[in-house]
Amino acid sequence: MRRRLFAVAYVAAAVVALAFLLIPIVAIFAHSSPRHLVEQLSNPVVTDAAKVTIKTSVVAQLLILLFGTPAAFLLASRRFPGHSLAITLVELPLVLPPAVAGIGLLAAFGHFGLLGSSLEWLGITLPFTQTAVTLAVAYVASPLYIRQAIAAFESTDPNLAAASRTLGASPARTFFRVILPLARGGLIAGLALSFARGVGEFGATIMFAGSLQAVTQTFSLAIYAEFSRNFDATLAMSGVLVLFSIVLLAGLHIGLTWQRSSSTGSTSLFGLTTSS
Amino acid sequence: MATLLLNRIDVPLRSYDLELSLELCSTLALVGPSGAGKTTVLRAVAGLLRPRAGRIAVDEDIWFDGGNGVNLPPEERRVGLVFQEYALFPHMTVRRNVEYARKHRADDYLERFGIAHLARAHPAELSGGEKQRVALARALARDPQVLLLDEPLSALDAHTKTTVRAELHDLLAELDIPVLLVTHDFEDAAALADHVSVIVDGRLRQSGTPAELVARPADSFVASFTGANLLHGYAEPTGNGSARVRLADGTVLSTADAAHGEVVLAVYPWDVTLAATHPDDSALNVIRAPIRSIAELGNRVRLTVGSITAEITTESRARLRLEPGQLVYASFKATGTRVVAEHQPREAEEREGRASATR
Repeated sequence: MRRRLFAVAYVAAAVVALAFLLIPIVAIFAHSSPRHLVEQLSNPVVTDAAKVTIKTSVVAQLLILLFGTPAAFLLASRRFPGHSLAITLVELPLVLPPAVAGIGLLAAFGHFGLLGSSLEWLGITLPFTQTAVTLAVAYVASPLYIRQAIAAFESTDPNLAAASRTLGASPARTFFRVILPLARGGLIAGLALSFARGVGEFGATIMFAGSLQAVTQTFSLAIYAEFSRNFDATLAMSGVLVLFSIVLLAGLHIGLTWQRSSSTGSTSLFGLTTSS
Repeated sequence: MATLLLNRIDVPLRSYDLELSLELCSTLALVGPSGAGKTTVLRAVAGLLRPRAGRIAVDEDIWFDGGNGVNLPPEERRVGLVFQEYALFPHMTVRRNVEYARKHRADDYLERFGIAHLARAHPAELSGGEKQRVALARALARDPQVLLLDEPLSALDAHTKTTVRAELHDLLAELDIPVLLVTHDFEDAAALADHVSVIVDGRLRQSGTPAELVARPADSFVASFTGANLLHGYAEPTGNGSARVRLADGTVLSTADAAHGEVVLAVYPWDVTLAATHPDDSALNVIRAPIRSIAELGNRVRLTVGSITAEITTESRARLRLEPGQLVYASFKATGTRVVAEHQPREAEEREGRASATR
């Protein structure tokens, strides 16, 4: 009898938990008719937000790939003084409240900020521009990619890099032909996480870039702005983001499966170790 | 044939420095217990690790010289290194693995190593022996001046090991470049290499042909490593250049070697004969003890009798009807024993060195 009660109790708890997670998602699509939602997608607020979101997200993720990948490889393969400090630095934006990140960006790149006068001298104004959105997204999202990339590089077998070198390959060829393909899955997973975080960015963006339609207003900001004016438009945008999230989640799982199947061990820079 | 020269290589290891000089132009096996620094030597030759000092050269080509800062990166040393677990690229097919080392005529190497039918397979689909052939083909496709093999047989199960060892022996015999291989197994070393160097605690203990090492082990470590039984006792000279050795259990053995005081006697298992009754020959050393264990090794049988191991043929075992627990007489000639110096572990040596320096 007791055993029976226990089984019923934990199955019921699981049902409640899953339902709680699912109901809001269903509600987004159930609130208005699908036709009505699709119509809303041609609303200028929605199309502008879509353009801003796509443009800033893509540029931000490209920047993250371009600078984050070498940074992650360096942190994964070399031990240097200040290494753990650098790791902490990478992780800091993850725990930092986004509003604080926004204030920090403003204090650094704003008119009266730390680097503001130097930027002004160069004729560059950042706050409340689309570039500011890109920077805010890159700032809050990059740690997710870099952390995952460090783990991916660390899990490639250092002997494979060493073998590549003894077979006559330069460090660059070793990186592109051996290390990168083996870490690929982990990098894709990291990029999916970073993309999701970047698209959902709100706090830092509104602080540093504001919410100007067609300039800095991303989906997340537009959902908030349209909330009291046109509820159906917010539902339509939310629906788009739900579908986007599902696609990203699939990418994340594919990436992680690849990573598991392709590597073991831990890495050192191109398989080289020094004896000092 | 080219000559690989390692001159006073110095690499700091976890608990001591590795210091080594070697010269080889045929096949040399570096043997020693795990942690002796064998793999470190290979990595230093390949350029994967920078020694603190010393010189590594192949004929006129200097790969490393601590004196004037020469240190070629691995890709500029023509070296073939076969890793212990083979380190095949898991994301490439067998052909691509070989092509990685050589763009053209990769098929020749696939043919030569009998792996052409595996060209499109990925490493995960291969057996241990096949992986080794791919690793060898890939290493040699680079057309190296020197071939390095790290524990070439340790990743294989006992069943395939014998076959692969024979294949590897034939291959090494055909090669006309120096081969440096490391192993912790003296039998593998003796089967594959012309010369064997025993390395212990980062130092070269003894070098020679396998037969020389067995005939004249430098100390108790080398003797035991080459498979000998070690018997500790106290020796008294008999006057005619030989000695009698009293073991802790009271057994007295005779040896043809001169000795005095605390000694170690080395007796090889194949010099030990077993009998059900006491042998009549008074010139023989005899130990009477029960059989503790029996292990079959192909057509040979290894038996532990008291504190010594004997190796006899399966026919002898069948004839004598030997079973575990049975009391037997293990006998060996005085000339079958070798008096060897007690191996001093590095730490003890250094302690003594310090003690005598302060005295």
